[in-house]
Amino acid sequence: MKDISLGQYYPIKSPVHRLDPRTKMIAVILYIITLFLIPMLPNYINNGGTLHDYLIIAAVCYGLIFILLIVAILFSRVPILRVLKSIKGILFLLIFMSLISMFFYGGPISEGSWQWSWWNLNLSTESLINAGIMSLRLVLLILGPTILTLTTTPTDLTAGIESLMSPLKLIKFPVRIFALIMSLALSLIPGLMDETAKIINAQKSRGAHFDSRNLFKKAKAMMPILIPLFISAFKRADDLANAMDSRCFNSSKKRTKMKRLSFKARDLSLLLFVASLIGIIVYRGGLYMQSIMIGGIVLGGVAVVFMLFGIIESVVLKRTDG
Amino acid sequence: MEIIRFENVKFKYNAGHIDEVKAVDGISFSVKEGEFLALCGHNGSGKSTLAKLMNGLEVPSSGNVYIGGMDINEETKLTASEKVGQVMLAPLLMLGGELPRLNTKIKKNLFEIRKTVGVVFQNPDNQMVATIIEDDVAFGPENLGLKPKEIRQRVDWALESVGMLEYKEGAPFRLSGGQKQRIAIAGVLAIKPKVIVLDESTSMLDPSGRQEVLDVIKRLNKEEGMTVIMITHFMEEAAMCDRVIVLKEGKILLDGGREIFKETEKIREAGLELPIAARVAFRLKEKGMDIKDGIVEIGELVERL
Repeated sequence: MKDISLGQYYPIKSPVHRLDPRTKMIAVILYIITLFLIPMLPNYINNGGTLHDYLIIAAVCYGLIFILLIVAILFSRVPILRVLKSIKGILFLLIFMSLISMFFYGGPISEGSWQWSWWNLNLSTESLINAGIMSLRLVLLILGPTILTLTTTPTDLTAGIESLMSPLKLIKFPVRIFALIMSLALSLIPGLMDETAKIINAQKSRGAHFDSRNLFKKAKAMMPILIPLFISAFKRADDLANAMDSRCFNSSKKRTKMKRLSFKARDLSLLLFVASLIGIIVYRGGLYMQSIMIGGIVLGGVAVVFMLFGIIESVVLKRTDG
Repeated sequence: MEIIRFENVKFKYNAGHIDEVKAVDGISFSVKEGEFLALCGHNGSGKSTLAKLMNGLEVPSSGNVYIGGMDINEETKLTASEKVGQVMLAPLLMLGGELPRLNTKIKKNLFEIRKTVGVVFQNPDNQMVATIIEDDVAFGPENLGLKPKEIRQRVDWALESVGMLEYKEGAPFRLSGGQKQRIAIAGVLAIKPKVIVLDESTSMLDPSGRQEVLDVIKRLNKEEGMTVIMITHFMEEAAMCDRVIVLKEGKILLDGGREIFKETEKIREAGLELPIAARVAFRLKEKGMDIKDGIVEIGELVERL
């Protein structure tokens, strides 16, 4: 089985693995918001800051985030290389983006800084710093959710999403079904991957070429794979529906769950820790990006409210269940 | 006590269309509790349709399928009026020596029917609903609305009885075919059905995987007293059962104990092969060897020789 980014759970026991999935999800959401709260160089300078100040702010903010990340990785006991592997997937995007932002930097350049230009391409101290920070941000952006998926089983993830979305029940959104669909999709992925490999081999053995360099030929060669894959996916779905019906799905009874999420002291302390880090970062750098900051706070607020709902619900359910 | 009854059941696929297929054509039989039954037939003999008819996934075009043996005293969360009805009916039905039977045609019965009859299908990969084994097994009891503690007990018990308890936190796709199918059986067992139907559940497995599954099924029947209906086209598997029904083109051709293996001609007619031991014994007898009739298992044959 090759790497499947959605199901890359790393099965060991660690403090991070033990955390409530909702805690981890909220923490990751807050983490992402924070990343976007740190000002970018052009905005900072346009708002009257200097390059020197910016470097200090960036060092503090990214330093804090970096510490948070390292702590999380160390506590999760996942090998660092395994975590870093996730960057491989965005390597092309990363290089592309940093090149663009390096050569086409549109922000103001201070007088004393180093500059170089050829044809339409311009380099300067600012553009290099900007490109560096942008790639750093992208890498950090990927690593946070990677730790989440490495330390949380897909089942727990869907349970977490289900719980966080539970306020939507108020507007009759079928949260339970939605979560089930997600977990079904996750459980079907390995099977479908196997199926694809089988079909590719079958078509190859009948003389199909998939290694043409021509893009059109390549696209055309996909058809004999896609059609059987679709047919087998529908067949599979049909079988699955029968199997689910046979196991009493769709009964009028209210479904219960075997595993119930529980929000513990360690979850609260982690959230407080993350929140305080974010507090520092907003205080240091967020002042310059008010619009984004307001958006971030609103998002974070919504997330927290959702989480509270989920927690309250689970506490209430526990009470009633005895 | 009778638990499944087919009364002159007919079933057509695509009824009313040009490509109408008569899958089941007037079948009547009944299954007693604790029986170990094999339904054999060639491809297209209607045997898989029978499995779907047994738990209401399909409803007969004509005739009726009844699922019986629902224990009156069992704690089933019925509405007050249903309860009263059940209690009032019970003595009447008891007089006739029967417990209330549920017709698969009535939608309201489906939940009880599926609680009574669990079906394990052919392809183990297509029956998995979760990415973790114990979550997959828990799917059934969760649908029953049981309490978390009870679900946990049932899941552990079900995995224990198929010998897969140690894998409970693993992922199904890493397992072998036989192991996956045992998980699928555990998923049905966790509902605690009275009848377990295996719809060609061993046909996609290698010999060792098949043996694993067959051992589990045998044990469930002998030790837990579960009614087992095995749908298969392997006559070797049918030979382990106490009763065999041979189907041909949607009709019952043979129905009986092991003595049906004597009906060589009819079994051939149904497009099936006799078990190897029976074939060897038959040939030896043709060559004039003194051999008893009714040998179906290798062990018996070896002993005889």
